[in-house]
Parts: sequence; C-alpha cells; structure tokens
Amino acid sequence: MSDTAKRAGTAKEFPVTHGALTYAGVTDQVCGVFQDRPASRGWMWGVVLSLLLVALFLVSIGYLVVTGVGIWGINVPVAWGFAITNYVWWIGIGMAGTFISAALLLLRQQWRTAINRAAETMTVFAVAIAGLFPVFHLGRFWFAYWVAAYPDTMNVWPNWRSSLTWDFTAISVYLIVSLMFWYFGLLPDLASVRDRAVGRFRQRFYGLLALGWRGDALHWHRHELFLKLLAGLAVPLVFSVHSMVALDFSIGDTPGWHSTIFPPFFVAGALYSGFALVLVISIPLRAGYRLHDLITHRHLESMAKAMLACGLIIAYSYLVETFIAWYSGNKYETYLVINRTTGPYAPVYWTTIACNVLVPQLLWFRRIRLNLKALFGISLVVLVGMWLERFVITIISLHREYVPSQWHMFYPSVWDWTTLFGSLGVFAFLFLVYLRLMPVVSMHEVRKLIMPKRAES
Amino acid sequence: MSEQPVHYGLMGEFDSAQTLLEGAETVRGQGYRSIEAFSPFPVEGLAAVLGNQRDWIPLWTLLGGIAGAGISYFIQYFSAVHAYPLNIGGRPLHSWPAFIPISIEFTILGAAVCAALALLIVDRLPKLYHPVFNVPRFEHASRDGFFLCLRSDDPKFDQQATAASLRQAGARQIWEVPR
Repeated sequence: MSDTAKRAGTAKEFPVTHGALTYAGVTDQVCGVFQDRPASRGWMWGVVLSLLLVALFLVSIGYLVVTGVGIWGINVPVAWGFAITNYVWWIGIGMAGTFISAALLLLRQQWRTAINRAAETMTVFAVAIAGLFPVFHLGRFWFAYWVAAYPDTMNVWPNWRSSLTWDFTAISVYLIVSLMFWYFGLLPDLASVRDRAVGRFRQRFYGLLALGWRGDALHWHRHELFLKLLAGLAVPLVFSVHSMVALDFSIGDTPGWHSTIFPPFFVAGALYSGFALVLVISIPLRAGYRLHDLITHRHLESMAKAMLACGLIIAYSYLVETFIAWYSGNKYETYLVINRTTGPYAPVYWTTIACNVLVPQLLWFRRIRLNLKALFGISLVVLVGMWLERFVITIISLHREYVPSQWHMFYPSVWDWTTLFGSLGVFAFLFLVYLRLMPVVSMHEVRKLIMPKRAES
Repeated sequence: MSEQPVHYGLMGEFDSAQTLLEGAETVRGQGYRSIEAFSPFPVEGLAAVLGNQRDWIPLWTLLGGIAGAGISYFIQYFSAVHAYPLNIGGRPLHSWPAFIPISIEFTILGAAVCAALALLIVDRLPKLYHPVFNVPRFEHASRDGFFLCLRSDDPKFDQQATAASLRQAGARQIWEVPR
C-alpha cells in the first residue's frame, strides 16, 4: 500500500492508518510495547546513557548551588549566557506538543491522532526542564518564589510592568494547562491499561490514575467537549507564552532585541524546533516499537511540511531583521548586523543560517520527506540550528552594546556545557521512563478513527 | 416491579458501535429512561439518544475565565496602586496596558481549571468502584466491547421484560449487574 502510493508520486495522500487494524489490535499494539514485552536492549542502553547525563546534570546544578553562577562563563555585559539560551530553546520545543494537539484538533487534521500523545508528553517534559534554567540562573534559586504574587510579610509585590514577571506567569500557566491537556487526554487510555494490567500493584496503580473511567457514553460526550474547549484555550496560550518569552528580550532596549517582530518570530522558531523534536522522537519510536500501522508516512510527511513552513517564516524573519536594521538608519542596529555577520561570533551566525535556512529547503522534495534517515538528520540539524539561533540572539546582542567599554566576549565554561547536555539527558530519561509506563499513542482516538472503515467492511 | 430489586440493573453486550447506537434508540423508544451505555471510544450521537440535555461545562469554563481575568487584574491593580505604589519614571500607577499580559494568562488558567473541575464534578469522577465493573466481560469496554445497561431504578424496569427488551434491541449476551 505505502509503496504503491510512494510510486504514484502525485499529490495523493497516504492513509492515516495502515493494515487491518481492529479495536483490540490497537490496544494490544500500543499497550504491548510496555505491558507484554520486556524492556528491549536499546531501551536499557538508552536509560544507562541518559542516567549518566542525569548524574552530570545533578552534579552541575549541585556545584552551581553551593558556588554560584560564577562557574558559568557569564560576565557583564553578557549576563544571560547558556542558561537563557537553553531556557528559550527548551521552552520553544515545548510549544509544538500543545500546538499539534490543540490547533490540529480544532482544524480536524486526522493525522495528529497517532503522534499527539508523544508530542504532548514531550511538551510537558520540555517545559518542566525549561523552567529550571531561569530559576537556577537567579543564583539564589531559593528566592525564586519572590516573583509570585502573594501577600507576604515583607509587603513587597512583584513589578507588574516587568516582562520577567509576565514570563514567569506565562510559563507557570502553560505548564499547568499542558499537564491538564495531557492527563485528561490520557484518562480513557489509562482505563484501557488498567483493564489489561496483570498483578495487583499494577492494577491499583493504573486504576488510581484512571479515576475509575468506565467509558460511559455521557462521560465520553463531555470528555470530547472538554478537550475541544481546552484546545480552544490552549491555542492562544501557545502563542501568548512564546510571545512573552520574546518580550523578555524585546522590552529591553538592547540593539538586536528591541524589535516588534520578536513575538511572531519567536513563535515560529518555537514550532520549528518543536516539530523537529517530534520527528526526532517519532521516527525511532516507530521503528523500535513497530508502530508502522499507526505512525505512517502521512504523519511524518505532514510534520516535515509543517517544519518547512515554520522554517520559511524564520528565514523571512532573518531577512526582515536585517533589512530593518539598515532601513531604520539606527547606527547601533546597523552595527549589530555587521558584528553579527562579520564579528567574532560570525561562524555561529552563519552556521545558524545554514542549519535553519539552507538545509531545510531539501524538504521541498517529496523523495527526501519520505526518506526517514534524511528526515531524521534534517530534524537534528534544525534542532542544532535553533539552539544556535537562541545563542545568536542572547549573546551576540549582549556582548557589544552601545559603548566599547561595555564590550566583552563570552566563552562557555565546562559547566555551561555539562548543564546543557545534562538537561538533554534528563529529557531522554523522563521520556524513556514514560515509554515503559504509559501508552505512547492515543488509543481511543485511533479507535474512533478506524470505526467507519469497519462499518464499510 | 413487585419487590425492591437487589441488583443495579441488566447489562447487554453489542457487536459494534452502530448496533449499540441502534439498541439504545430501541430501548429509549420503548420508554426506558435510566439507560447507560459504555464504549471504548466516543460514539457520535449516543449521548443525545440517552437523553443528554444540557452541557454545563462551557458555562463553567466561561465563568472561570471571567473570574481568572477579574481576580488577576484586581491583584495587579491593588498592589500597584494601593499596597505597594512605586513611582517608575513618573508613569501612572494604574498603567493598565502592562497589566494585560498577566490578565490574559490568568483568564486561560481560570477557564481551564474550572473546565476540568466541572468535568470531574459532572462526571462524578473519581469513582473507583462502580457496580458495572462487576460484569465479567466489562473489561472489554475499554478495549473492544459495547455495552448497554438498563438500571433497576427505572419505573419500567422488570427483570423478565427488560431482559427481553435488551435482547430485542440486539444484545448478544445479557448479565445481571450486582450492586
């Protein structure tokens, strides 16, 4: 089936599911991954490697807490080093999950069904990790709660005119709403897992999580209604959250930050890196757990197209940024562009352009979109490119501000790198554990999807 | 109908979503009102057949959103103007445009949290024990089974007649649901 469609080479679309899937087959295929089969060797190695990185992360954070942010390469004026770069990158990745779930649900894109759960899970973990960076960047992280509004005995309130306060609120709200979206979507699937679980402990564990879901028709009706409402709330939330992150920069008067294009530019970049990570996760997942019937070429190709679309918006934003710097006639903005393209960090900037603008143009070709190795590679390139872009925005803008006496280079220290790679390990570890505990595909939505097919036959 | 029924009701299993929907229509047509249906995925139109009348969740979502917006705006106004007035570059204390971002976030938070609470309250979840779980094949309701349950609190409920109704509606197997 897939091969003939591939041959055709026309605009014909792949089906959303393959094969003769039955209701029970969906459950067995998805739950069998963690309920019937023991952990695979690849999974074990993944856990060992990621645990090593988790240890590295904990050591880095521990050393940071007892010593201070001086262990990083930051200085004045580059006070926002890797911590903020990592933060913006992770939070951007965390945008795609809710976008796939919410926006595509409202647009009735059926191809979201098999990948939305993996994407939502990715979102929750990415946002949780992202939130750690600004907190530890404070140096005295135990005062982080001062940003929250509460009637304290010090009689001090947050400054509501500060974009950092907005950002804190936005990220907290986003984490809570993403968690709710993820958990309530998971609820009926947890009931499926519960009814299949062997052993008293597992039955109780999943039974408690499933809240006694029994598939009542009225419950289903309200569940669908609720998810649609939540999706309607989550779409503006996704856009607002990364806009707030962008405002952290653009409210400041630093050349390279102070521009109105930042919120939409950041949102596009966030979805760009998010789609890339969804692809990086779902391609091995599909191969490793043989989910070919559920995650088809349709999903991967659609995501590749979405990624390309985001990449084009990013390319446009780079262009406009450069054009406006010249058109504004502002010599500081003009100098920023010259410094960015020819200054000491020029290689970083040009690598960003190569990763984010040039390489993804390969996705115009259907042959490459259907080549999973190429797609995986391009997604990794985009992830690296987006991290570098955050570096360009944060560090190149800061390191040469208005007067040369403020100029200073930023060189990352060992602890900058260990924190970055450690955070990748934390993400990988959380995701691998999730794979052994919970269904990675939304089973009830796939069942609904295959229903009319069965009626025909 | 003579003595107090000791069990929860009668449950029948159906072959598919389509037969379940038709079966529900049949028993509804016969005058039953205490009907419950169970399926492994949402079946379009089933809730309407069972007599779902009004959805309260959208209203609670709206109220939650309004509450979130009002409370967060008030906190910002109160703290910036009354509790902790700060003169920053001579800007007005009640600088409302700066209060909008946080109000938007709390609008969404209030709406989402109220929607979730409303869902749980209207559904009466969590409810870890329910009589229908006693039916031996009911574990298929989360997998590939379609069930219709006629509760014994229905005035029309009668052990023999109801079983016949279920069979007539298309149930292939019928159980008593103990309490």
